Amino acid sequence: MSEPIRKIEAPVRLEFTVEAGRALTRFLSSIVEERIVGRRCPECTKVYVPARSSCPTCGVPMSEDVTVADTGTLTTFCIVNVPFEGQTMKLPYVYGAIVLDGADLPILHLVQGIPANEVRMGLRVKAEWTPPEERPASLEAIRWFTPSGEPDAPFDAYKEHL
Amino acid sequence: MGNRCAVIGIGQTRHAAKRDDLSIAGLVRDAALRALEDAGLTFKDIDAVVIGKAPDMFEGVMMPELYLADALGAVGKPMLRVHTAGSVGGSTAVVAAHLIQSGIHERVLTVAFEKQSESDAMWALSPKYPFQPPLVAGAGGFFAPIVRSYMRRSNAPLEVGMQVAVKDRLNALKNPNAHLHMADISMDKVKASPMLWDPIRYLETCPSSDGACAMVLASESAAKKAPHKPAWVRGTSVRTEPGMFAGRDQINPQAGRDCAKDLYAQAGITNPRKEIDVAEIYVPFSWFEPMWMENLGFAELDTGWKMVADGATSMTGDLPVNPSGGVLSTNPIGASGMIRFAEAAMQVRGQAGEHQIDGARMAIGHAYGGASQFFAMWCVSSEAG
Repeated sequence: MSEPIRKIEAPVRLEFTVEAGRALTRFLSSIVEERIVGRRCPECTKVYVPARSSCPTCGVPMSEDVTVADTGTLTTFCIVNVPFEGQTMKLPYVYGAIVLDGADLPILHLVQGIPANEVRMGLRVKAEWTPPEERPASLEAIRWFTPSGEPDAPFDAYKEHL
Repeated sequence: MGNRCAVIGIGQTRHAAKRDDLSIAGLVRDAALRALEDAGLTFKDIDAVVIGKAPDMFEGVMMPELYLADALGAVGKPMLRVHTAGSVGGSTAVVAAHLIQSGIHERVLTVAFEKQSESDAMWALSPKYPFQPPLVAGAGGFFAPIVRSYMRRSNAPLEVGMQVAVKDRLNALKNPNAHLHMADISMDKVKASPMLWDPIRYLETCPSSDGACAMVLASESAAKKAPHKPAWVRGTSVRTEPGMFAGRDQINPQAGRDCAKDLYAQAGITNPRKEIDVAEIYVPFSWFEPMWMENLGFAELDTGWKMVADGATSMTGDLPVNPSGGVLSTNPIGASGMIRFAEAAMQVRGQAGEHQIDGARMAIGHAYGGASQFFAMWCVSSEAG
C-alpha cells in the first residue's frame, strides 16, 4: 500500500474583462490627461471621486462632472510591513486615505517621498504623475502621493472623513 | 418577532491552524454531530439545514454547500447557504432562527465553517482591483487605518490594544476548543511582536484557523423535549451599509448602531451595560473591542477604551467580553461569527466550563464583515421571556 494522498494542489485563475461604464469612462479618459474627474450628487451635493453614476446615499443619478485638485489631505494610513503573494511594493510601504481638495470622500493611494515613520494624519500631499507616454487609464496614472510641503491640516478639517 | 426559538444543541470542532485529519465535509460533519448529540437528536430529526462560510476563494472551492449536502444529512431537505462576508456565521444563525420563528420548521441545523489551511485568505483578500493601484494587504491592511483613526479620535492610550490581546489569550487558556493556547502571553510579548500593519502588531491580530461550529435551533415545543437546558433567542438583527460613502463613520458605522438598537428593542433591553451579563463580539484585531463597545452602546463615543483599561471587559469585570478567547484566539473566518453566537448561548445554558461567567442569564453574540458594513447580532437568555 502506498501512502494515502491527503492533499493535491489545484491552482485557481480568474481572468475578466471589465466594462467601465459611462461615469468611470469619464474618469479614466480624463486621468490620462492629468485631470481627476468626480461627480456631484444633485441632492446631497457631495462630490464622489472617481466619478460614479449614482449616489450611494441618495440613490439618484449623478451627471455633473467636477474636476478636483491633485492635492489633498492624508486622513489616515497604514504602514505595511508584511509580505504577501502578489505584492509589488518594497516593504515597508505606506498607503492611506487621501481626500483630494474638492472631493467629499477619500481615495486610497500610496504615500512616498517621506520616511514611513514620519508620515502622519493630516499630512498635505500632492500627486506624482506618471510620464504621459506610459500613463495608464487607471488611478495608477498617479504613481503615488508625496508631501506637498504645506502645513498639516488640523484634525477638525478632516475628522468627518474618518 | 414571531414564535419562540431556542438553541438546544451546540457543537464545535477542535480549532487549529491545520486540521488535515478532516476534509471540509468531515469538519462540518464533526461540528454537526456534536450539536446533534447535545440536542439528543440525529440527522433524521432535522427539518432544514442553513450553512454559511466566507468567500469561496478562501478555499478555492466554488459553492461548497452543494457537495456538503450529504455530509450534513440535508439530502431531501431544504438547504440554504448564507453569505455576508465575515459576519456570515452570525447571519447564518439568524436565518436559521427565522425559519423557526416563522413557524415553518421545528428543528433546524445551522453550520458555519472555514478551512483556511486549504488556501490563502490573505491572498484572496488582496486582489488587484481594476483601475486601482495595488495597495491593500489583507484584512489587517484594510483595518489598520481605521484603528489609527480610532486611536486619534478617542485619544486612547497605546496599551489598550495590547491589553485586549493579552486578555483574550488568557481567556482562551480556559477554552479547550480554542486554536491558540499561549500560556506565556504578556504585555511585553505583545509589545515585542512585529508591527505588521502599523499600528497593528502581530499579536494584536487573529490567527488563521480551520474549524466549524454548529447549532440545533428548535421551536418551543421541540425545545421542551430537549435533554438539556435551552438558550432562548430573545432578539436577532442584521444590518448593512455601503462600504464607502461621503461622511461615512468608518470607526462607528451607522449599520452597527442600528443593528444593536433593533436587537435591544426586541429583547426589551434599555440599559445594555447593566442588563447584558456577557458579550461574545467579533474582534479580529484587538482595537475593535473598544470600538465595538461604543458601537454596541456599552460606552459613550470615544470612551470604549476606558472599559478595557478599567478591566470591565475581563472575566471578572461587569461586562465580560469574549470569555472564550474570541476571534483573537480562534478564527475559522466563516465560523467565527457563529462561534460568537454559540458561545453566548453556552454562557446562558451554563455549559461554558472553565470560561463560564457565573449566573449569566442574558448574553449577546455579534459579528461584522466586509468593510465594517455587515452586522449580525443575537441576544440569548436562560429565560424564555
